[in-house]
Amino acid sequence: MTVLAQEIGAGELTRLRADFPLLARTVGGHPLAYLDSGATTQRPRAVLDAERDFLELSNGAVHRGAHTVAEEATVAFEDARAAVAAFVGRAEDELVWTRNATEGLNLVAYGVSTGTGPLALRPGDEVLITEMEHHANLVPWQQACARSGARLRWIGLTEDGRLDLSRLDDLLTERTRVFAFTHVSNVLGTVNPVAELVARARAVGALTVLDACQSVPHQRVDLAALGVDLAVFSAHKMLGPTGVGALAGRREVLADLPPFLTGGSMVERVTMEATTFRDPPQRFEAGTPPVSQAVAWHAAVRYLDAVGLDRIAAHEHGLTELLLAGVAEVDGVRVLGPTTAVDRSGAVSVVVDGVHPHDVGQFLDHQGIAVRVGHHCAQPVHRRYGATASTRASVYLYTTAEEVDRFVRSLAGVRGYFGVDR
Amino acid sequence: MNALDQLYQQVILDHYKEKHGYGLRDALRPAVIGQSEQYNPLCGDEVTLRVALAGVETGTPQVEDVSWVGNGCSISQASTSVLHDLVVGTSLTEAEKVVEAFREMVRSRGQVEPDEDVLGDGIAFHGVGRHANRVKCAMLGWTAFEAAVMSARAASTEENP
Repeated sequence: MTVLAQEIGAGELTRLRADFPLLARTVGGHPLAYLDSGATTQRPRAVLDAERDFLELSNGAVHRGAHTVAEEATVAFEDARAAVAAFVGRAEDELVWTRNATEGLNLVAYGVSTGTGPLALRPGDEVLITEMEHHANLVPWQQACARSGARLRWIGLTEDGRLDLSRLDDLLTERTRVFAFTHVSNVLGTVNPVAELVARARAVGALTVLDACQSVPHQRVDLAALGVDLAVFSAHKMLGPTGVGALAGRREVLADLPPFLTGGSMVERVTMEATTFRDPPQRFEAGTPPVSQAVAWHAAVRYLDAVGLDRIAAHEHGLTELLLAGVAEVDGVRVLGPTTAVDRSGAVSVVVDGVHPHDVGQFLDHQGIAVRVGHHCAQPVHRRYGATASTRASVYLYTTAEEVDRFVRSLAGVRGYFGVDR
Repeated sequence: MNALDQLYQQVILDHYKEKHGYGLRDALRPAVIGQSEQYNPLCGDEVTLRVALAGVETGTPQVEDVSWVGNGCSISQASTSVLHDLVVGTSLTEAEKVVEAFREMVRSRGQVEPDEDVLGDGIAFHGVGRHANRVKCAMLGWTAFEAAVMSARAASTEENP
């Protein structure tokens, strides 16, 4: 592992892991090696306690009621908004709570395809995405194009799992109204050059939409510094609860988006004939929001800040190097995505020759190793590399080198067990 | 036997390596043909299965042939191969009984003791019942068989109304 001055050492890692009750469990008599944080992360006691404390002391309806409990709930909810916004370099009025990142992307894709407002897509316009997108950053754009008459285009991928930018000038033009792309691929682990892509998009006046689900939990992401117009990310991939995500955007851009879901909480004046809408972020928050989840997410970003994102990134980089080096030694196993740890995350997807990922996952589970199997909600990127599905190990701040080693050793036994090594 | 070997019994691994009835083919003798394609969007497993029924016109349908192609995990592919061995050459009534028994077994969470006289090699899939995520894998080819039979019957009704 790369030795850095502020490395998370063995003693600290043991202490950190003790904060996560689930990591102490066993599976089939083996200590659990949880290598599925790319799908969902485990929660430390600080996060679990924050949600429980809130529910036991201050649970109330936010933004209404004059009683003490409702008041406390509102303060906790809005403090959480400010903290999560600051975590990604945005102001509190630039962060919209959503149910998850998928809802955030749908909110944007719907907003630009209703035919109203300055951002409205029209026939002849183009939306540019990439071939490595999660379905959540692909299907809503297909729908938006179908609604508006705009054309969907995409950036292809190179053999080594990176965006093929050689034709970018043909793809990103004055016709491009929206450029939506992922910061880090959930399958390939590729880290895309966001600042460069945003600069190119700005030069042609395209709106930028960033899927930051796989980056914000693992590295310092300053959306304002990157110049990204809109970005989405999700609590449960960064030690927080399920049921809450965020859309973080420049306030001028949010102001230009029409509402998505409508109803209570997002309105100003309502008559039987017509309604006026509130300013962002409330314009996009119809109905009862996920209050205790937001409060728990606040605790999660506090936890991450206390450990330090730079140290987390360095820790994961070391584990990624170990993973890639280990997997490279296993016969009949192919890595999807970059094979070096440069500009690469710790989500490593592999195809085992002759064995279906479901069988690989079952074999690993028998030894207490939890990985993701399937197409990871990204069928096109699998197709691009001649696979229908893969097995993905993904690391986080609590992952140990020993867990990576167990994964690699177990992977080496898969083909023998299924009799395809001869 | 450990839990993994209970799931992946040798019979399953053998059928996975050497799939019986693999490769779609035309019926050798005059028969009513039905075909179905089944797909599991969660894992990408797929099976396309063709059934040839004889004796439909006389009211005594027989499973003349089952042929199939597919892609997927060992459970889905091996269970389709076993299905082929169990139903080819039997009466359709017999085959439907086998399908019902197989479904009951894999959906029972390991509770139903399978009858080897009915299910033959199919009893190797008993362990699948304990893995909720894999039941659909085991049923994929069997669902395709049922749908293919339905389409064969529909085709035969169209021809001989």
